[in-house]
Amino acid sequence: MQLSKFMQYTDIVMDHFKNPRNQGEIENADGVGDVGNPICGDMLKIYIKVGKNDQGQEIVEDIKFQTLGCGAAIASSSLLTEMAKGMTLDEAKKITREEIAEALGGLPKQKIHCSVLAGEGLNKAIANYKGEEIEKVEEH
Amino acid sequence: MSIYLDHSATTPLDSKVLEKMQPYLTSDFGNASSSHSFGQEAMKGVDWAREQLANLFGCQFKELIFTSGATESNNIVIQGIVKAFCANNQEKKYHIITSKIEHPAIIEVCQELEKQGLIETTFVGVDKEGFVSVDEIKAAIKDNTILVSIMYVNNEVGTIQPIREIGKMIEKVNKTRIKNIELSSKKAGTFDKLYFHTDAVQAANYCKMNAPYLHADLITISGHKIYGPKGVGALYIHEGTPLKSINWGGHQEYNVRPGTYNVSGIVGLGAAVELINNEQFTMHNEQIRKLRDKLIEGIKNKIDKVKINGSLGNRVPSNINIAFENAEGESMLLMLDMEGIAISTGSACASGSLEPSHVLSAMGVPPVICHASLRFTLGKGTTEQEIDKVIEVLPPIIERLRKMSPFDK
Repeated sequence: MQLSKFMQYTDIVMDHFKNPRNQGEIENADGVGDVGNPICGDMLKIYIKVGKNDQGQEIVEDIKFQTLGCGAAIASSSLLTEMAKGMTLDEAKKITREEIAEALGGLPKQKIHCSVLAGEGLNKAIANYKGEEIEKVEEH
Repeated sequence: MSIYLDHSATTPLDSKVLEKMQPYLTSDFGNASSSHSFGQEAMKGVDWAREQLANLFGCQFKELIFTSGATESNNIVIQGIVKAFCANNQEKKYHIITSKIEHPAIIEVCQELEKQGLIETTFVGVDKEGFVSVDEIKAAIKDNTILVSIMYVNNEVGTIQPIREIGKMIEKVNKTRIKNIELSSKKAGTFDKLYFHTDAVQAANYCKMNAPYLHADLITISGHKIYGPKGVGALYIHEGTPLKSINWGGHQEYNVRPGTYNVSGIVGLGAAVELINNEQFTMHNEQIRKLRDKLIEGIKNKIDKVKINGSLGNRVPSNINIAFENAEGESMLLMLDMEGIAISTGSACASGSLEPSHVLSAMGVPPVICHASLRFTLGKGTTEQEIDKVIEVLPPIIERLRKMSPFDK
């Protein structure tokens, strides 16, 4: 894996940072997940539009993100939206931070925490859609 | 075009410095402690460098030791003075006063000695402009205080601390201490005084460094912040200041800093100091100030919701520390790096810690603003074209990141 000079970010991280996918806001979103920790500096918002697949299962039909954070946080958010799009809600909920980090070609050790936030944002958006009680988000 | 605006991190080697160093890396390679001619040639270089530093500090040759850099100088100060006092009287627990905005090479050494149960430390705060208060330091002095260590110029916000005023205040406190001892018909000695150290790493290019003027007992400087080489620094030690060695294995530098002389490095440090002593440094500094102010104006005119961290009035001419609300430090750093512009973040996040900058936090800057802060530090090689380029490149970067943020409205 080729590492860029900066922070040892991989090319995939840099690509998502430079050309973030699905960045922005969904008007009338079905679910919104707002997570973050101002002390650490990363703030993230995930918007989802829910649809149904051929089997009638609920899927992430559209997803967008807004992130105030470092390169790893932006890249993780962007990559998560790519992964989650088209997944059933149950599948999407199971995306782990390891999967995100792996798909990014790895993250510098001190940046692993940045990939946690994206998954939590999505979980919160799904919970928000389902009208569920939001679980307490752990500190980072 | 690649633009370097991170001169507080390190400076490029001045070509005149390199020229002075070169013979000591090749033909004059001797060990300066050897008695033969090779050694003596090398020692001549060390002596020459010592002379330059003696001019800078206005001190005697024997009041200077060369070290591997500021971190070592600071360790020698804190550990060495505590050791000397402990050796004199083991019964007592000693007290050190320093500030919350010091470099980790001071803060962490104090914390370590605290852990070892050798000292207690008071970390004085700063006001929102980034200055320590002489009165607060004075009020913190106790009977068992042996050292006050305050940095001359802060590395993050560039604020110039009132070193001379602190030095004078400490001198008065010492006079009172001595008078009180003599009133009880005892003789006051070395261990009845408290000592004053300043880490002047970020100051040497811009501020008065004369030790008697500053009323400082100990002064730290570093080579690579003043267009000299990395891996070399020095420590001014006022005659009579009690310091015990923290390293053994050689007689060099009065046993305080044993180890083979880093001759080329020492000569490089001397050459860098010679430039400060002789060259029209004030001219450089005026140019740096003009460009710095142009950059501030340019940023303020083109970007809204920006805030300068710390006093602009009393800071070195090279520094801007500025917050861009709703943009994150590392992302800005990354995007500027892609444009070939090297700066640094106000937060330590990029270096692995999640904590906001301890300096900005001590100034009462909220964490969100700490994470949105950037530090630009100009140098004597910075050009107007470079500043123009930054003013051109920065606004679209900030706009892009703000659009990405959930708070953009």
